[in-house]
Amino acid sequence: MEAEKKQFVVFCLDTEEYGADINKVTIIERSMNITRVPMTPPYIKGVINLRGEIIPVMSLRLKLGLNEIDEDDDTRIIIFNVDNVTFGVIVDSVSEVMQFEDIQIEGVGNIISDKALDYISGVAKAKEKLVTIINLEKLIAELMPA
Amino acid sequence: MDMNQYLDVFVEESKEHLQSLNTSLLELEKDPNNITVLNEIFRVAHTLKGMAGTMGFSHMTNLTHDMENVLDALRSKRIKADMAVVDILFKCLDALEGYVNEVISTGGEGEQEYKEIIKSLTDILDKSPNTKTQIKKKKAKKKTEDNSIAQNDKELRLNLNIYDKNVILKAIEESMNVFQIHVELDKKCLLKAARAFLIFQTLDKYSEIMKSMPSVEDIEDERFDNSFTVMVITKHDASLFEKELNSVAEVRNVEVVSITEKHTENIIQDEDDEEYLKEEKPDTAASDSTAQVQRTGTTKRLTNKTVRVDIDRLDVLMNLVSELIIIKTRLDDVGTGEKTNDYITALENLERITTSLHDAVMKVRMVPVENVFNRFPRMVRDISKELEKDIVLYMSGEETELDRTVIDEIGEPLIHIIRNSADHGLEKPEERAAKGKSKTGSIWLRAYQDGNNVVIEVEDDGMGIDVEKVRKKIIERGFEEEEAAANMTANEVIGYLFEPNFSTADTVTDLSGRGVGLDVVKTKIEALGGTIELETEFGKGSKTIIRLPLTLAIIQALLVMVGSEKYAIPLSSIREINNIYPDDIKNVRNQEVILLRDMVIPIIRLHDILGVPPEKADQKQLTCVVVKKGDKLSGFIVDSLIGQQEIVIKSLGKLLAGIRCVAGATILGDGNVALIIDVNSIA
Repeated sequence: MEAEKKQFVVFCLDTEEYGADINKVTIIERSMNITRVPMTPPYIKGVINLRGEIIPVMSLRLKLGLNEIDEDDDTRIIIFNVDNVTFGVIVDSVSEVMQFEDIQIEGVGNIISDKALDYISGVAKAKEKLVTIINLEKLIAELMPA
Repeated sequence: MDMNQYLDVFVEESKEHLQSLNTSLLELEKDPNNITVLNEIFRVAHTLKGMAGTMGFSHMTNLTHDMENVLDALRSKRIKADMAVVDILFKCLDALEGYVNEVISTGGEGEQEYKEIIKSLTDILDKSPNTKTQIKKKKAKKKTEDNSIAQNDKELRLNLNIYDKNVILKAIEESMNVFQIHVELDKKCLLKAARAFLIFQTLDKYSEIMKSMPSVEDIEDERFDNSFTVMVITKHDASLFEKELNSVAEVRNVEVVSITEKHTENIIQDEDDEEYLKEEKPDTAASDSTAQVQRTGTTKRLTNKTVRVDIDRLDVLMNLVSELIIIKTRLDDVGTGEKTNDYITALENLERITTSLHDAVMKVRMVPVENVFNRFPRMVRDISKELEKDIVLYMSGEETELDRTVIDEIGEPLIHIIRNSADHGLEKPEERAAKGKSKTGSIWLRAYQDGNNVVIEVEDDGMGIDVEKVRKKIIERGFEEEEAAANMTANEVIGYLFEPNFSTADTVTDLSGRGVGLDVVKTKIEALGGTIELETEFGKGSKTIIRLPLTLAIIQALLVMVGSEKYAIPLSSIREINNIYPDDIKNVRNQEVILLRDMVIPIIRLHDILGVPPEKADQKQLTCVVVKKGDKLSGFIVDSLIGQQEIVIKSLGKLLAGIRCVAGATILGDGNVALIIDVNSIA
């Protein structure tokens, strides 16, 4: 039986590469004006107007416990749709789409900071680099109404 | 065959009929001898039976059939519409509602047969002294007459009167043929009225239609079973009609009988016969005695041409209008540099049109509050029985209109409030008498429009709320310290009734007082953008006042700057805007206040609430937007005003749903997002 291949959008944060299930990506946008929303956790940067729809946006750097950086030409907002909830995630840059076989996704070792550990579903090896796979459901779990 | 496409129509219409049945039954209870109401009830039951039959809902058909029997007995005065009978009719109504709800959720009528109700229905008939024997006798009589007529000629289906007789005799004199044509439609025929129309058209071609049973109006409205009978005068002979009519699709059987002088002979003696027909065949007799009601029904339908539209489609339309308004606002901002007169005129025209369009779409979505109110008379009736209190419900302003979405949500809170009034508010008759009040308690339910709001009031003349008792409860439950509670005004004390887990009922009844109460009501009303207040006078009664916004999706708002951020404040909650000096602000018990025309108004600095660094640290003058929340006023300090604008309210989505102080977001002309301030949660 041939192993099932999955496609992932690979993006960068700091020096590391991360991946997210491509089936859950709606669109990738350049950075745009974000309206701050009061009384939200710091990693929620606010809301954007995506063609008439109001969509909340979070900074993945802050969520994973990294330092914030100023946005530049490479900054992207990846719009995800997970369980009918649409939200945007700010990343340093988006590099490529990669295919991993399931077996390549290994359990999480001790390479990542404690804070990030909660939001990671595994590490995939390909072309001699390591890509950390983000667990999108966990990313928004804290905000979902009980 | 597939009936699914008719299910929606069935559900919608059944609901309407059940509602009118409800209203009529309540009237019947008040006035048991009102024959018009009885006829109306009969008509509705009959229509429901027909509809259920068409859809193949046999349990429902059985129930309505037995209902019809009882109603018929009532109509012919064989039994009296006393409490017991009306109660059972109400039970029937509940059962029918049960069926319809089952149809809504599963598409089928379910297995419930309500045998008890059917049994009580037949019991009523059995108890009536002469029904059965009478019917039996009449049946016997009919049989013998059938035989005698059959010996003469074929039995005539039509009831001929003296006028018909004259016409027939005259036609025969002129050697024209008079036929009775009986047409039976296929049982599967769905557009019976259309089929009948085709048949009538064919008949018109060759003959003159003299009489029809059921009446033409009834046939047009599909108020007939699968067959109808007409009397025609023609030069042609029977075979032509047989051939022509059989060529119309979905006709199962055509029977043409020639009417001769012989048939007209016993017309006068038949009067007695005609009467028994009325009783034996309620279906056709109904068209006689309820003719008045039905006619008015028909004309009404002609004047009110309506289309049923799925609410989703209206929502789509509403969204498009919203988009249009956003674009319009954007156009407003675009040409800031050089605006020619033409541009301005065109823009003004566009604005007028979008505003009218918005109003028009809004109106389409408006539904009279009657749709919610009409369930209350029945509810109050049931409560009054259960609690053994005499309660009269007075309603006014049922025609006041509200947005459909609000209507759908407002029912539950109102039920709660009315139950509260009936249960906790109104006293038992003896108590009332002892207090010198009339034994019958009253509840008033009023709706009216007040500016951009719709106000719904529920008032009762019961015992009101004992403020001191509530004050004690506040201390007991640890909501406030004793001293603080003692200093609270009556209004503040009453405000605690809306707090979660604050029930004052001494005993928990089935109706209310289970602790989940006014707080749920308040949450719901506020979610709809409304407010709720309670006024009470101990010993005399209380009044709940609900204010709801007319529209939900598009509102007028004031745009303000707080620091470098733009926020929108709904115009409907803004009372006035003042420039104040920092010195005007006083401190009272750690709360900043200002004095405005002898009123002490608490000040809220939006910077602090919204976590925005103030733009200028030291300002000589401050802008204070005075907002109202119910009776209370508060002053919001903002940095500057941008202006008034029509904004489209958008939700922040599931992830950010729980945020206090933000009621939603809107898209500004430049494409940026501004948040809408939730005055209710901040003030």
